[in-house]
Amino acid sequence: MATIVAEATGQAILHEEHRQSFLRKYIFSTDHKVIAIQFLFTTLFFLMIGGLLAMLMRYQIAWPDQPLPGGGILPETMVASGYILPEFYNSLVTMHGSIMVFFAIMPMLVGVYANYLIPLQIGARDMAFPRLNMLSFWLMVPAGLLTLASFFVIGGAAAAGWTLYAPLSGRPDLSGVHLGQQMWLVSLVIIGLSSILGSVNYITTVINMRAPGMTWFRLPLTVWALFITAILGLLAMPVLSAAGIMLLFDQTIGTSFFLPEAGGQPLLWQHLFWFFGHPEVYILILPAMGFTSEIIAAGSRKPIFGYKAMVWAIAAIAFLGFIVWGHHMFQSGMNPTLGLSFTISTLLIAVPSAIKTFNWMGTMWRGNLQFHTPMLFAIGFVAMFAIGGLSGIFMASTPVDIYIHDTYFIVAHIHYVLFGGSLFALFGAIYYWYPKMFGRMMNETLGKIHFVLTLVFFNLVFFPMHGLGMVGMMRRIYDPTGYQHLQGIQDTNQLITWAAFGLYASGFLFAFNFFWSLWRGRKAEANPWDATTLEWQTPSPPKHGNWKEIPVVYHGPHEFSHPDVPDKDWLAQNERPDITSPAESVMQPEPR
Amino acid sequence: MAHAAAAIVDRPPERGLDVYTQKVGMWVFLCSEVMFFAGLIGSYIVLRFGASDTWGAPGEVLNVPVTAINTFVLICSSVTMVKAFAAAEADDQKGTRRYLLFTTLLGALFLGVQGFEYTELVLHGEWQGSHGFTPTAGLYGATFFTMTGFHGFHVFLGVVCLAWATTKAFRGHWGKDHYHGIEVLGLYWHFVDLVWIILFTIVYLI
Amino acid sequence: MDWSLPPNLSTQGVPIDTLFWIILVLTGIAFVLVEAGIVWFMIKYRGREGRRAHYTHGSTRMEIIWTAIPALVLAALGVYSGTVWASIKSERSYPEDALTLKVVAKQFEWNVTYPGADGELETGDDFTVRNQLHVPANEPVVVRLESEDVIHSFFIPELRVKQDAVPGMTIPVWFEATGTGEFEIACAELCGLGHYRMSANVTIHEGADFRSWHASQGQEAGQ
Repeated sequence: MATIVAEATGQAILHEEHRQSFLRKYIFSTDHKVIAIQFLFTTLFFLMIGGLLAMLMRYQIAWPDQPLPGGGILPETMVASGYILPEFYNSLVTMHGSIMVFFAIMPMLVGVYANYLIPLQIGARDMAFPRLNMLSFWLMVPAGLLTLASFFVIGGAAAAGWTLYAPLSGRPDLSGVHLGQQMWLVSLVIIGLSSILGSVNYITTVINMRAPGMTWFRLPLTVWALFITAILGLLAMPVLSAAGIMLLFDQTIGTSFFLPEAGGQPLLWQHLFWFFGHPEVYILILPAMGFTSEIIAAGSRKPIFGYKAMVWAIAAIAFLGFIVWGHHMFQSGMNPTLGLSFTISTLLIAVPSAIKTFNWMGTMWRGNLQFHTPMLFAIGFVAMFAIGGLSGIFMASTPVDIYIHDTYFIVAHIHYVLFGGSLFALFGAIYYWYPKMFGRMMNETLGKIHFVLTLVFFNLVFFPMHGLGMVGMMRRIYDPTGYQHLQGIQDTNQLITWAAFGLYASGFLFAFNFFWSLWRGRKAEANPWDATTLEWQTPSPPKHGNWKEIPVVYHGPHEFSHPDVPDKDWLAQNERPDITSPAESVMQPEPR
Repeated sequence: MAHAAAAIVDRPPERGLDVYTQKVGMWVFLCSEVMFFAGLIGSYIVLRFGASDTWGAPGEVLNVPVTAINTFVLICSSVTMVKAFAAAEADDQKGTRRYLLFTTLLGALFLGVQGFEYTELVLHGEWQGSHGFTPTAGLYGATFFTMTGFHGFHVFLGVVCLAWATTKAFRGHWGKDHYHGIEVLGLYWHFVDLVWIILFTIVYLI
Repeated sequence: MDWSLPPNLSTQGVPIDTLFWIILVLTGIAFVLVEAGIVWFMIKYRGREGRRAHYTHGSTRMEIIWTAIPALVLAALGVYSGTVWASIKSERSYPEDALTLKVVAKQFEWNVTYPGADGELETGDDFTVRNQLHVPANEPVVVRLESEDVIHSFFIPELRVKQDAVPGMTIPVWFEATGTGEFEIACAELCGLGHYRMSANVTIHEGADFRSWHASQGQEAGQ
């Protein structure tokens, strides 16, 4: 019944295409593929901005007594007489984290890939609610503009950390930041709405618009990951919205939810924020795990090892993710017994992540490994995420956390999972699905160079931070040289900064490849990776409406090297095993 | 061609719930609304039981009788909403128009009474000896106005949608093949009613 | 750069450091197994002409093994961590009859209030010193931590002590130093503009030296 309605909508979509203007087709589009690409360009832009903020921070930490080269072009409120000001540094720290989480990584993982892949991988023509989808993207625009503008108002951008701990965040007189913090909170509520509406779309689409034969346990792991991520977002983001609104009221109309003078509780902010914040970090990793599974199976020419275990592991991570938030608050003054319960749930959550790591290795085992760029990044994900996950065990142990909380050990952990994890997987996904999105291949040589440079520089930047944490270097400090116990770390900080510059620069190599290939990349066929999932069984790029006829699914998603299909090492999901000639099963591309 | 025929004949069944997409979407959306109000209400509970000495008993500041009547108004509007849906399903044009109109008016009445109550509190409320109970009247005022204010905002959005649905009813838009919009709007409206019943109990009665 | 933890000068630091090294060994083993495994698989199973991958959907037995082993190891770690945590934080662990000081954090300094000659806080002969924390070695000390404005964090690396100072709360922290020396309190929670320069001197004295310092300070304050 559900699909009949969807099919009717789909036919309407197919017919509509002929009459669309440029504006309707590319700017205010309701086509999930166009919206995904809009998200892609926007998030790549914010990734660049977030990285730039980090470069400024790294310069300051490495050479706190040196003026910033070229700093004169920035306003006096940020850089005075060439020197980055402490207040600007606190804004850099805050906005680097905030922009990376909310405007780069999360929307790239979800806004781009949930949008692009879900309909294609489940065999649907578009999302359940295409106009709502368009709204989700366009909400990001005012939110992004507000965020960028907040740097240039009096008092500067928000400066209380991306975690916005009250009372610092709620008291302009104590933080020095007035309008900037409020603009950030409004921006957060807007982007929260964008995310929630997106989740409604993704969840409804996966539940109700799967093609015939596409049972739950034939869904590609990417879809499972994105589906469960959408549930996390649906349930966690509204709590942040509620908290953000309360904080905004504290700042503007004089309430005191989180300010102790009138009976408010600073710790309440932390509980609300982290109740959202912990599921948020699983939102930031689960899709990456989905892409990795997809790419490693295709790159190993083998089914994913333990598909069902992988699905249960994703579900377990998501569920447990709601009951570990207190591990961010072990030293907060929270009741220590409560801390104990969070230690248990936190150590538990390491188990499904370990299961997934072993299953990825199991997929590679006895495979026929193809080391194209997406595969390199996917393997890199496993290797780097393992480090990030293992470092998390130190923090899960509450007594050890006493020492390493709020030190660079945490910064190392965060970046191994968010960069070594999420961003590596995103790079893999971009290289992998680029041909489908744009009909061209990215340059493979440049891709491999990008991978090697990223891997090397990334580890040079973030591995030493474990050591800095052990020595006791605190987070978010403008000048570490003032502390007795931190004498002797500047060599390391400078090494890290040089490597960070290298890491940022290698991003431009990627950007060059990305844009150059849009015009000059080798034209891509429908299925350049010989992959099995449905998106590869339609032209690159797919036409509006995705399919001439909705495909019918007969197999699981990663049927590679099946013994009953001896002439090739892959079997598309919509291919009958008794069809041995590929030409009969692949949709023929129509002339545009 | 024989292939294609075979493919159609043994086409596996459609996949999905036996519920139409817009309804699934509304249920999913309502889950996020539950979390939003849970964040606000949860905070209220934590703050109140952490600092109960500065909060008066509800009847001291708030007008419980008037609000109780207002609660009844909202519950009635849910009843008329159900009747509107039943009428649409049965192709009863007059019934659909009548009940949608009633629901809209009852919703607007609820908002009006709440607006009146807010005005009374701000201008004439008595709290801790001072005149006027506002959002900055300690944590009590802050939580009260935030929770009921956001609920009121959701009612307002609902009333706007109801007005739209009523207008369409007067143009003969709804019928037995065309009632999904009313059903989905009804789900939202019942949810808003349910949140109010919880709020009324926690804030006005306990 | 020296990648070691600073020398530990507290009783609590012993189990904390021990736990740290145990976790380092366990995660180190896992790290080597995973990374070496990945590299080995990349070499051994690299794609070659005519090769075909081994078709399998997995192994339930392996799933059970590699779920059970991490779960057991982590459960043991959890139990051990829990006992150490309780020995530091549970109310029973707090020393009775310890020297009790009040430390109030504010932007951007630490104000330490010492009991006067009567040995009791909140009495008339208390005295407050800015940015100077003096404590005796080999005797338990309890700090009642408060904040005047925003959240700060009381961190003394060599004593393995860290506790957030939250306005509106008084949070007790205890420690027992096992050696003497000069150290620092470092603020470990972003607290505004001057967060990076919110340090205070910590002097750990021999017991007798501490008492003479305390007495002379008390006299000065009384005058």
